Amino acid sequence: MSEDGFRAAVAAGVMGVDDAYRALLQSVVDVARSIFGAQAASIFLLDEEADELVFEAVAGKGERSLIGLRIPSSTGIAGWTLVTRQPLVIEDLTQDPRHAREVAERSGYVPKGIMSVPLLADERALGVLQVLDRPKRPDFSLQEMELLGLFANQAAIALDLLQRSRRAKAALDESGGGVAVVARVAAALDELTEGDRARAMRLFEALEDVLRA
Amino acid sequence: MGESPLPAWSLPPEAIERIRLDFEWPGRVTRSWAMDGATGRGVRVCVLDSGVEQDHPRVGEVQGAVAVSIGEDGEPVVGDDDQGDTCGHGTACAGVIRTLAPECEIHSVRVLGAGFTGSGPVLLAGLRWAIEQGFDVINMSLSTTKRQFAEVLHELADTAYFKRTILVASAHNMPVESYPWRFSSVVSVGSHAEPDSLAFFYNPDPPVEFFARGVDVELAWMGGGVIRATGNSFATPHMSGICALVRSKHPQLTPFQLKSVLHLIADNVGGRT
Repeated sequence: MSEDGFRAAVAAGVMGVDDAYRALLQSVVDVARSIFGAQAASIFLLDEEADELVFEAVAGKGERSLIGLRIPSSTGIAGWTLVTRQPLVIEDLTQDPRHAREVAERSGYVPKGIMSVPLLADERALGVLQVLDRPKRPDFSLQEMELLGLFANQAAIALDLLQRSRRAKAALDESGGGVAVVARVAAALDELTEGDRARAMRLFEALEDVLRA
Repeated sequence: MGESPLPAWSLPPEAIERIRLDFEWPGRVTRSWAMDGATGRGVRVCVLDSGVEQDHPRVGEVQGAVAVSIGEDGEPVVGDDDQGDTCGHGTACAGVIRTLAPECEIHSVRVLGAGFTGSGPVLLAGLRWAIEQGFDVINMSLSTTKRQFAEVLHELADTAYFKRTILVASAHNMPVESYPWRFSSVVSVGSHAEPDSLAFFYNPDPPVEFFARGVDVELAWMGGGVIRATGNSFATPHMSGICALVRSKHPQLTPFQLKSVLHLIADNVGGRT
C-alpha cells in the first residue's frame, strides 16, 4: 500500500469526526430540550485561545443564523456557570431588563427561565448547556437538577472524546509523512504472525531504549 | 503562671488554666441559645462572587467592594470595584445574607467577569485577600475543577480556619472533583427543598456537611429586581447568614466550635428549640 494509502487508513479512524461533532452537538440540545419539555436548548463552547464562549448549537426557538456568535467567557449567566462550575436554575429572567435586552440582541428570543449547567470533562470546563423555558411545574425538584447534571456529564464525556479526535485529525493533517511512517509500521506489525510479532516487538523495544538513551 | 507563650504542640500541666474558655457553654446547646435575638451586628461577611449591586433594596449598604483582575504584568491585582455586579449572582447571594442577618456588614470581592483564562489565579488572589482582611464569614458559591489550584486552595482554606474565618462553600452536585468545598476546614453546603430559610440539616454522609434552602428561592437581582432561582449557589448564602447570626451572638467561637454548634442546632439533630 502506498504512503498515501496508509495515511488514509489511519485518518479513517478520525475521518468524519467533524460531521459527527456537529451531529453530537445538535443531538445534545435536541435531547436536553426533549427531556425537560423545554421551548429551547443551546450550547456554548469555550474557545480557550480567544477566551470566548461560542454559540454552537440550538434546538427549538432561537436564531440558527447566530451559530458561531462569540461572547466574553465570564459574563452573563453562561459565563457565570462556566467560571464557577455551578449549575443553576433561574425563573423569570424578564425581570432583569439588562439580561433581556442582551439576549434579545443575540438571539431574537428572550427566555423567561434558564437552566444553566457547565459541561465538565475531568478537570476541564468545555462550555455551558442551557435549557430555556421548561414548563414551570409545582413539583420542580432537586431530582431535576440531578438529571440536568447527569445529562450534562454524559454530553461532556462525548464532546471531550470527539474534541480529542478532532485534535488527532488536525495533528495528522499537519504532520504530513511523519505520523504516516509510524502508522505504516503499526499496520505492518498488526499483519504479522504471533511469533514474528513478538520478535518484532523485541526489536522495537530495543529501538525505544536507543531513542530514549 | 508565667507569661511565656504556650509550646506549640503540647500542654504542660501548669498551662491548663491558661486555655480555659472565657465563656460558659450551656448544658445543652439549643438554637435559641445559639441565635435568638441575633441580627448579624458586628459580623463582617465577604461575598466572593460576581460583585454586588450597591443599594439594592434587598441588599442595602455594601460596606466595601473590590475587584480582582489580571494586571499588566500578568499577575492578579486587587482594586476598587466601580462596576458593581457583572452577572446578578453576587447580588443574589448578598441579598440572602442580608435577609437572614440584617445588621451584618457585607463586603464584595469580585473574582468573576475578568475572563475564563485568568479565573483560577483571580479566585485564589481574591480569597487570599479576603482572608487577610480577617472577615468573619466568606461566602463562596463557586468552585474550581483545576487540580493545579487545589493545593493552594487547601492551604488557604486551612489558613482561614486557623485565623477564625468561616469559609462557606457550595458543594458540587455533578460527578466531578471540585474544590474548595471538599476540604474539611470549610462549611460545605448542598440544597434542601424546604421553603424555610432558617431550616438546615447536618449530613452524616460527607463530604457535604450541611443542606440549606436552595430550591425556588426569591433572590435580589440586577437592576433592583427580584427573581426566583434554584441551586447550591443559593443554599450557600443561607448557611453564611446562619453563621453570621451565631457569630454575632457568640463572637468568641472558633470555626471548629461554630461547626460543632451548627451540628447541634441542625433541624435533624437538636431541632428548632
